[in-house]
Amino acid sequence: MDLASLTLTELRELLRSRAASPVEALDALERRIATVDPVIHGYLHRDLGQARALAAAADVSLPLGGVPIAIKDVLNVKGQPCTCASKILRGYTAPYDATAIARLRAAGAIPFGRTNMDEFAMGSSTENSGVRATANPWDPTRIPGGSSGGSAAVVAAGEAYAALGSDTGGSIRQPAALCGCVGLKPTYGRVSRFGLVAFASSLDQIGPFGKTVRDSALLLNAISGHDPQDSTSIAEPVPDFTATLDRDLKGIRLGMPREYFIDGIDPQVDAAVRQAAKHYESLGAEIVEVSLPHTDYAVAVYYILATAEASANLARFDGVRYGHRAENPANLLDHYGRTREEGFGPEVKRRIILGTYVLSSGYYDAYYLRAQKVRTLIRRDFAEAFEKVDAILCPTSPEPAFKAGERTGDPLKMYLADIFTIATNLAGNPGISIPCGFAEMDGVQLPIGLQLIGKPFDEATLLAIGHAYEQSTPWHTRRPALPGAQV
Amino acid sequence: MSPVLDVRYTAQLARINLSEEEIATFQAQLDQVIQYVEKLKQVDVSGVEPTAHAIPVFNVFREDAPRDWFDAATALSNAPRQAAGLFSVTKVVE
Repeated sequence: MDLASLTLTELRELLRSRAASPVEALDALERRIATVDPVIHGYLHRDLGQARALAAAADVSLPLGGVPIAIKDVLNVKGQPCTCASKILRGYTAPYDATAIARLRAAGAIPFGRTNMDEFAMGSSTENSGVRATANPWDPTRIPGGSSGGSAAVVAAGEAYAALGSDTGGSIRQPAALCGCVGLKPTYGRVSRFGLVAFASSLDQIGPFGKTVRDSALLLNAISGHDPQDSTSIAEPVPDFTATLDRDLKGIRLGMPREYFIDGIDPQVDAAVRQAAKHYESLGAEIVEVSLPHTDYAVAVYYILATAEASANLARFDGVRYGHRAENPANLLDHYGRTREEGFGPEVKRRIILGTYVLSSGYYDAYYLRAQKVRTLIRRDFAEAFEKVDAILCPTSPEPAFKAGERTGDPLKMYLADIFTIATNLAGNPGISIPCGFAEMDGVQLPIGLQLIGKPFDEATLLAIGHAYEQSTPWHTRRPALPGAQV
Repeated sequence: MSPVLDVRYTAQLARINLSEEEIATFQAQLDQVIQYVEKLKQVDVSGVEPTAHAIPVFNVFREDAPRDWFDAATALSNAPRQAAGLFSVTKVVE
């Protein structure tokens, strides 16, 4: 048996019964990585020696005891690089653990490996990585989604049992959908962002990738909860998210927003999501139509608010305290101007410039303030819909994975890849993507993601609804055919 | 209203030098993005309060108590330039 093909839950059982050791679990991953990562390029860095030392000393009685977890290169793990896949942070070594990492460690997990991403989490394909692109495990000529494309790809390819990512406008759910794994964006405030390199602070949230809903729930158990070091984290009680997974769906109401089933959505995606709705009816749930009338404005609101916040957050990269610094600056302006020219890639520059513009004198009211007001209307849409339903059911992405290079010259088209995930971040609700079928494109089978959106702080219901679907469908058991890897 | 984002000027405000080629490319791309976000002008926002955070929290305080954190050497460990236990910066005043 190849341990690397196990789910986190299955691995945990083996570790607890001593049928396998944490070092064996790690070595199995390392063998898989050696075979497939030369094609996938999901990892930017690994410290096998350090991880093996932690594995040898792991307490397998803990909830995640001895389980290696892949970490998006945006979260600080003490002693490891944290570069956000940016040249400006090349050589940076994290001097502390993010709270989510400290909590993973407290649960016995081993933060192992840094996964690739769009630079500073800005992108939907991982092609904006300042290091290199990551391939989709189902078709290496296609993108894995983004920005957490590395985390999604390594989980889908069996190079990780589970992973952490971050989601500002869909950066966990969209790559999970395109790679065929589970990705959860918790409620804004559920997981502390202390130690997460900030992109857009009113939207960013850390969340898990898993091969199954249960695996994602296990990770959420470990990382959730109030943290005095993040003043936006909320002191809500944290239930055991695995305890209610098996509840039955009788009486559950799922809303299908009419604005999410539109022209331009791939017909195979549309059909798979509608089929999922039918399946839910067979499980006892009731499907109702709901309306989120301001959906069409979400992408515009997002690209004003997220870039505005990014322009402020990324001002810290000034070549003084950390990161790249231009050589021999003539004066202070030259120091800043060249440091940031040399350090940032094109998408980051574009977004900082756009964000600077929408905040600048004379344009603030027309863009930033107006976008904040439309955000209020988007939040109200969700609040009203959730008076009628327990969760919203819709596609995660309007289409399966697209070809590498197809959109890199057209930022607006790339932004529209997140059309179904962005509103959730603006409203703050939790959302999850679950495999719900396959689309055939050019003779290749590509995964399709079903998105479920829940009420704030009700991840337990969201996970239960996802689990019921997953366990009664075959999609989560299918694995990509990769060179040299056992399926 | 036609978009007025001047990439050359705004990049200076953002302290990012750009090549002439980048200025031309970004100008065309961001003009398109600004055209797209103009659609927000169609929305009636009269009487609508702005939302700054998805889950509103106000006045978060904690005790102002000292605690162990970085020592100076750790704080300096990623500095591109340092001298005498301090960050070394480019000259600000002549």
